[in-house]
Amino acid sequence: MSRRPLIREVPPTSWFFRHPRYLRYMAREITCIFVGAYCVLLVVALQRLAAGPEAWAGFLQGLRSADSIVFHLLALAAALYHAGTWFNATQKAMPLQVGENFVPGNVISGAHYVVWVVLSLAILFFAGVF
Amino acid sequence: MAKSHKPVVWFPFAAGGTVIAFFIPVIVVLTFMAALGHVPAGLSYEKLHAFASCGLGKLAIFGVVALSLWSSAHRLRCTCYDFGLRADTLAATVLYLAAIAGSVAAAAFLLRI
Amino acid sequence: MKERTVQLEVLRYNPDTDTEAHFQRYEVVCQEEWVVLDALNKVKADIDPTLNYRWSCHMAVCGSCGMMINGEPKLSCHAFLRDYEGVIRVEPLTHFPVERDLVTAPDDFMEKLKRVKPYVIGKMKPIEEGEHRQTPAQLMKFRQYSMCINCMLCYAACPEYGLTPHFVGPAALTLAHRYNLDSRDEGRKERMEVVATKEGVWECTFVGACSEVCPAHVDPASALQQLKIVGSIDWIVEHLLPGGKS
Repeated sequence: MSRRPLIREVPPTSWFFRHPRYLRYMAREITCIFVGAYCVLLVVALQRLAAGPEAWAGFLQGLRSADSIVFHLLALAAALYHAGTWFNATQKAMPLQVGENFVPGNVISGAHYVVWVVLSLAILFFAGVF
Repeated sequence: MAKSHKPVVWFPFAAGGTVIAFFIPVIVVLTFMAALGHVPAGLSYEKLHAFASCGLGKLAIFGVVALSLWSSAHRLRCTCYDFGLRADTLAATVLYLAAIAGSVAAAAFLLRI
Repeated sequence: MKERTVQLEVLRYNPDTDTEAHFQRYEVVCQEEWVVLDALNKVKADIDPTLNYRWSCHMAVCGSCGMMINGEPKLSCHAFLRDYEGVIRVEPLTHFPVERDLVTAPDDFMEKLKRVKPYVIGKMKPIEEGEHRQTPAQLMKFRQYSMCINCMLCYAACPEYGLTPHFVGPAALTLAHRYNLDSRDEGRKERMEVVATKEGVWECTFVGACSEVCPAHVDPASALQQLKIVGSIDWIVEHLLPGGKS
């Protein structure tokens, strides 16, 4: 009796449809497209800011299109999903041992969320939103 | 096989991912408000120009933009592979160069302010 | 005790006669509190003695009975019939070659386990000096990562292992981390020669599926992220700091 193992191929472009957890992973990865595109917008914004007050006013005006609003919604969703998955992951990468036990992962991730909220509120405050 | 130089691209990816998580959502909210017609005071030319004029402001803006671009580029490179695109070296070259180009442009614009 | 008729759709492959796999359906009367392994045992005892599969402890500690149950990597002794409806599809663990029926060829996994040097290295002292002493805190540092039962469910779940078979993989890398964290060990640098390679930890993109399917709550994904940080710090020390190269 000889060995003749059977190889089962993995479909390289559709493997992530096999289970919801892979779709969630792909959704997390895809956020980089929208975040990256938004960063490109930021670079454009810097160019306009450097070009003077008329150019900057033109940039702000250009933001007011329907396309821009849709893009911002997508970018915001992507940024939020990235932030949530990132903060949840931090507890895995930085275990904190105190004595014999470990600080619960939720505390580590929770601390990140708290800092994030405080930071965001501070930035909104200094930007004159409230 | 020899040890990999992956940390060169991974470490900035991790730093950038952290920066994106902490800063990008609120910045999106600010420009979103502008898109809806309510430009926050901080996004007026005078205020923003003043912020970007000082060294610390330039550093902060550059740090956020450059690291976020790099992190997005690295993640997109890995995603291309996950989507079955086997030309990893090509994807890496194109995407990292794009991130560097964007960062260089951001630096150039910031230095004009 | 209530009975339940269960339909199993089981992958069959006979290397002596088949060129491809096919599915065979079995209908078997089970007790409602049984697990899939019990159903398979009933099939083999009463219906088809030619069905092949691995199992041993029947209590989720030996790691022998890993298989895909409705597309999810599970220990068949840990998959309760009450959690399934309709026809239950049973296949060998994904990403491994199939020897026969539900039996996979774990050769690649075995080689990788050995490659990471999964034993305490260094700090040898003569027997007369007594044993290595370790505080409970030192033990707790690596204990979670020592709980692996080598069931290979994480390799079946890991899409990067599926796409890139030379990836060392979650269990082997976690085992390396377990020894790196052991206070009795001095072999971290040796292990990082395997861990910090392109096919080592750097193939991982933190999908996290490995930790989701692990029946022993080892959390291999966390071990791999910690290895990435260790590897990055090593790289900075070796390449950017003076006198870093040892």
